Formats: sequence, structure tokens, C-alpha cells
Amino acid sequence: MALEFNFTPAQQHFRAEARAWLRAHVPATPLATLEGAAGFAQHREWERTLAGGQWGMVTWPQQYGGRGANLIEWLIFEEEYYRARAPLRVNQNGIFLLGPTLMEFGTAAQRARYLPKMAAGEEIWAQAWSEPQAGSDLAALRATAVREGDSYVLRGHKIWSSRAAFADWCFGIFRSDPGAERHHGLTFILVPLRHPGVRVRGIRQIHGEPGFAEIFFEDARVPLENRLGEEGQGWHIAMTTAGFERGLMLRSPARFQVAAQRLVELWRREREQADPALAGQVAQAWMDAEAYALATYRTASRLMGGGSIGVEASLNKIFWSELDLKLHRAALSLLGARAELQPAAAAADDGGWLEGFLFSLAGPIYAGTNEIQRNLIAERLLGLPRG
Amino acid sequence: MDFTFSTEQTEMAQAARRLLEDLCAPAELRRVFDAVDERSETRWQRLAELGLFAVLAPETAGGLGLSPCDFVLLAQESGRAALPEPLAEQAGVVVPALSELPAGATLLGPAAQGHSGVAVVHGHHPYALLPPRLTHWLLYRAEGVYLVEARQVRAHAVASMDAGRRLARADITPTPAHCIATGDAAWRAGVRALNRGALYAAAQCLGLTERLLELAVAYAKERSQFGRAIGSYQALKHQLADVAVKLEFARPVVYAAAARLAHTDARTMAAVSHAKLAAGDAAELAARTALQVHGAMGYSWEVDLHFFMKRAWALAGAWGDRSFHARRVQSLLTEGAFALGAHTTFEYAAEPEGNPP
Repeated sequence: MALEFNFTPAQQHFRAEARAWLRAHVPATPLATLEGAAGFAQHREWERTLAGGQWGMVTWPQQYGGRGANLIEWLIFEEEYYRARAPLRVNQNGIFLLGPTLMEFGTAAQRARYLPKMAAGEEIWAQAWSEPQAGSDLAALRATAVREGDSYVLRGHKIWSSRAAFADWCFGIFRSDPGAERHHGLTFILVPLRHPGVRVRGIRQIHGEPGFAEIFFEDARVPLENRLGEEGQGWHIAMTTAGFERGLMLRSPARFQVAAQRLVELWRREREQADPALAGQVAQAWMDAEAYALATYRTASRLMGGGSIGVEASLNKIFWSELDLKLHRAALSLLGARAELQPAAAAADDGGWLEGFLFSLAGPIYAGTNEIQRNLIAERLLGLPRG
Repeated sequence: MDFTFSTEQTEMAQAARRLLEDLCAPAELRRVFDAVDERSETRWQRLAELGLFAVLAPETAGGLGLSPCDFVLLAQESGRAALPEPLAEQAGVVVPALSELPAGATLLGPAAQGHSGVAVVHGHHPYALLPPRLTHWLLYRAEGVYLVEARQVRAHAVASMDAGRRLARADITPTPAHCIATGDAAWRAGVRALNRGALYAAAQCLGLTERLLELAVAYAKERSQFGRAIGSYQALKHQLADVAVKLEFARPVVYAAAARLAHTDARTMAAVSHAKLAAGDAAELAARTALQVHGAMGYSWEVDLHFFMKRAWALAGAWGDRSFHARRVQSLLTEGAFALGAHTTFEYAAEPEGNPP
């Protein structure tokens, strides 16, 4: 079969089931922001509700709390999820990044230990990669893992760790071989955040809430079984995780399509007073969101046919982050003088744009800056020489 | 739901690419640009022998009976090669139109075999591309669709900056005797012709973007300044990476719009305009970037780059320019002409046919 753009009856049934469940369960009033303590707790509760309907992570095998759905069904679920205006996924670092990494590199015991609690929202995960001196140049990281008997002893300082202020666990990369340099001698280790020798300090983000944190490891001791993959394999595993982050899972197209739909509605309300040139920005945002959806269906189809996702994850990351930014910028332009109002002061119709704009500003920075992605595309896709 | 091409589809595209690499080798294109080309008829014959004009013709008329999803890759290859002959118009616009209009039946076979060349004029495509073996003109006008024998039309050649596009204006006042569709049928035929012309122009832009990016990357690896390849500098790497992003997010838009071409509803119009804009913008950026990477070399007549840049610039205005397609999308969105939202990407209107305004 080729270029078949109709959903099968089974896929339509899956959509109908997801739609009905979400209609019955999505909270009528939006939850508080997940970057603050109260909102975090509400979002954790929502994850439990989702898991109760077996919707925690639909693509996972049933034994881990999933439905064994394929990637097309996952896209359908996401479309219904955003259509229903359901809450953001507080455990995205777990379900979208670490989960797939565990499927690929984890032992059977590790998968059984971590995945069900992840899908059930019982354990929320944060990523512990960046350090004060190792951002874009992640291989410059200094945090160490020293093997002592049946434990690793962790020392070091991680930073810009999203969700870590309220999360339960983190996955980090540590230098386990002091003689090795750069991306050699690194190990991928899972660490509880409320644990002796682990200290978490929230960092307020641009909006004022502690959306990320720094993590201090001061002789924190974790058992060897918390290591994912082999000792020294950390870089390879981390780059696999990064591929998930930039690629298919983390930013599903439905999120942008729903935002683009709201932007078009905002345009229709405001256009009498608006600069006619904004029509072009609105239409471009809508088209870009559609293009991202079509590209994602194309990638999903290719993966289901046995393909793999490589450097194209970098193409994706640039496209969705820039689209998100332009889309929100257009909305703020349409709002004019109302654009600066905090959500509490804004009219219901206008709410969310400022928050979304601030969040979109982070897109070109996290998951590897867009400059790093352009280097990757130039060198790995186009074959240009390293500088 | 399966957004991948079949093996047959990709193999047919590869066969077309091999033929076009031969027919449109840089030395051949250079003869076209230096106005000493005498091989147009030969190229047309070779395209006909591979059956490329018959791809969209029904099997009952001796065609292959394939779909726009099959032809879109062939149009892409013709863009990649900067083919001087109007394959996209003849096979993508004329042949489907003749197979839909009863009065076109007798011409359908000869056109699908390449024996008859048909020039097309449309409100959004005022300069016809003259095919070899020109026998007829197909004219889309507000009041109707006309099919006129070439000997009854006075054609005025118009020079294009792209010597690979032989343009002409038709000087004729068609009579009712030439009319093959009026009213709603003519409106629908006109929308279909515009959508097809625009979509296959978009496909050609994808092929051109590929070619321009490859030329730029090859030059960036080969050319050395300050002691190293210029392609090792981030200033150029990032520009070339941006072209790759534009290309890869234009591709699925063009391919998905191809699947809608049988329809004339609002959602299809938006999808086709989106395809033309996305692929046109990609080709425009590719041309601009490739020229900058080549520096003064790229600005010279002696380097092949201009063949492909000029085709990209020419296609930007063909079958609806950027303003037309951008405004078409804007008005459809503003009017609420179709349902929006994440679940609607692949939805079709209940009625496949739109209504004349």
C-alpha cells in the first residue's frame, strides 16, 4: 500500500474510544501551571486518572500499562488529547524520553521496575544532563560516578533540570572513567531525587515559577542496578534519548495544530482592527502546523515500515520550535495592548497566549540549541566537513 | 493510513531520473541556453517512449490509469532536471482535462502518446509553454473552456529569462464552436487545471530544491578559502541546513495535496496553495543560498547553477504566484471555509465538489 490517507475502521474506532473517554474525564477547568507546587500535584493526579483509563502511554506494551498501539494510533490519541484541551503531561521526561530509552537499553528487571510506575504517574522523572560548564558542549560534563563495591558514589552539580523541583527521580550522565575524555567513559544512571546526598534547589524561570532546578550530588550512593546499559555507554544512550526528544514523541503535531486553530479564531475576532499583514502570519502558522503534522505522519509510516529516525530529528526540532515561536508572536501581535496581561487579568478568550509565548521562547534552546541542530544537519545529513 | 511511496512508485521515479539525467545533461541545457538546441523533438519522443505522458490517462484510452500520487514524483524529477519541455503541463494538466471533458476524447489518445502537443492558457497561467508537435490550444476562460486547433491561433513568442521555457501568448477570440465546457462544468474544470498546474509546479520546485542544495553542498566542500573548505564554516552550514529544513517540510505537503487533486472543495484548494507556497519558498531559499555559496562563480553564465535558479524563479510565478496562493489560503481560513483542528488534516468534505462563487 502506498500513500493511503484514510484511517482504517480500527483506527477510527480507536479515535472514537479516546474521544469519548477524554470527554468524560478531562477536567472542566484548566489545572494550575505544572511549574508550581500546587499545579504539579494536580497534574500528577491527572496522570493517575489517565493511567486508570489505560491511556498513560498508549504505545507501550500492556504489561507496562500501555495498549500496544502503533505510531499512527499514537498520533490519533494525541490529536484527540489536544482537541480535548487535556492537561500538559507532567511526566513527559519519563514517558517520552526515558521510557523509550529503557525499552531499548534496559534489562527486563529495569523495565518491569520503572515503566509501569512511569505510565501510572506514580514516579515523575527529570533529566540531569546539563552542568554549569557543560551546556551545548555536553561532553564537557564533570559530575562523576565512582564505583565502590556494589554502588556508584555520585558527585557533581547538574543544572537546568526541568521538573526536578517536584519530581521523584532523575536520569543523569556521569563520568565513570576519570581517565577518559569527552564522550568516552560516561555512564547513564537513574537516581532518586529524595535521597541521601542529593540536594535539589529550584530555579525560578522567566515566568517566576520554579520550572527547573539544579541538583547537587554530594556522595550520593546508588546501587549498580540503577545503571542503564553498560558502564561507559552513557553517551550513546544519551544521544538515543536526545533523538526521542527532538524527534517524533516529545512535540506531537496536535499541540501546534490546536494552537494554530485558536490563532485563526483570534484572527477572525480581531481582524477589523488588525494590520492586514498579520493575515499572512496567521496563515503561515496554520500551514506550518499542518506541514509538521504531515511530516510526522510520514515519519511514523516510515518507522512502522522498519525505518529508523536519525539526523532528521534535528530537522524536526528546528521546524517545530520556530513554528511555535512565530505562532505565538502572531497571537501577541493580534492581542495588541492586551498581550502583556498576566493570565489572571486576561479575558478567557485571550488567556494562555502569553504563557505559551514564554514557553515557546525556550524551544530553540532546550533539547540541544537550534545552532547545534544546524551543525548536526550540515555535518551528518549534508556531509559538510567539521569546523 | 500509510504515508510512504510504494516500490513501484519509487522505481518509476528512478527510471525517469535516469532518462532525464541523460536528456538534460548540463551540456544539453547549455545548448538550450545558448540557443543552439535542436533536440527538443528528440527529448519529447524519449519521454513519450517511457510512457510519461500517459501516466494519468485512463487505461481505456491506452494510458497507465495511475493517480496524481504516481505522477507527483515524475513532475519532481522533471524539475530536478530542469527539463525544457512541458511534461508537467502536458501529462499533468492536459491529459487529465481531456479525459474528463467529453469533447476531449478524440484528442486524449494522441496527447497521451505525445503525438499531439497541447498548449494551456489559464487566468493564472497566462503564458503557455509551447510543447513540440503543437496541434491544439486548451484555453480556460471565465466564460468557458475552449479547445482550438493550433493553425487557428496566432501565437506570439514571449522570451523567458529561463531559456528552457518556450513561452507564447495566444492571440485568438474563441468562438462557441471551440467551446467544450460552460457554466459550473467550466468553473470546475478551471479549478482542477489550476490545482493540477500549481501542484505539479510545486513538485518541480521540490526537485529543483534538491538539485540546488546538492550543487551548493558540492561546491562548499570543494571550494577552499582561508586554508579550509568553505563548507566547514558555520555561517554557510547554517544557511544550507535551513534549506534542508524547508525542503523536508515541503515534501509531505506536496505529496499529501497530490492525493486530493480529484476534489475541488475548499480544503483541497488550501492544500494545493499550501504546497505551492511551501515548495516555492523552499526553491527560492535554495536558489538564494546556492548563489551565495557559489559567490561570483554562481553569478556567471559559465557555471550551470543559473539553469536551475531561473527555473525556480520562473515557477514562483507560474500557476498562481505567491500572492495568489497566500491570499487564497488567508481567505479560506478567514471565511471558515473548512473545519480546523488536529483531527481534520486528512478529512475530506462530505461533498467532493466545491461550488462556484
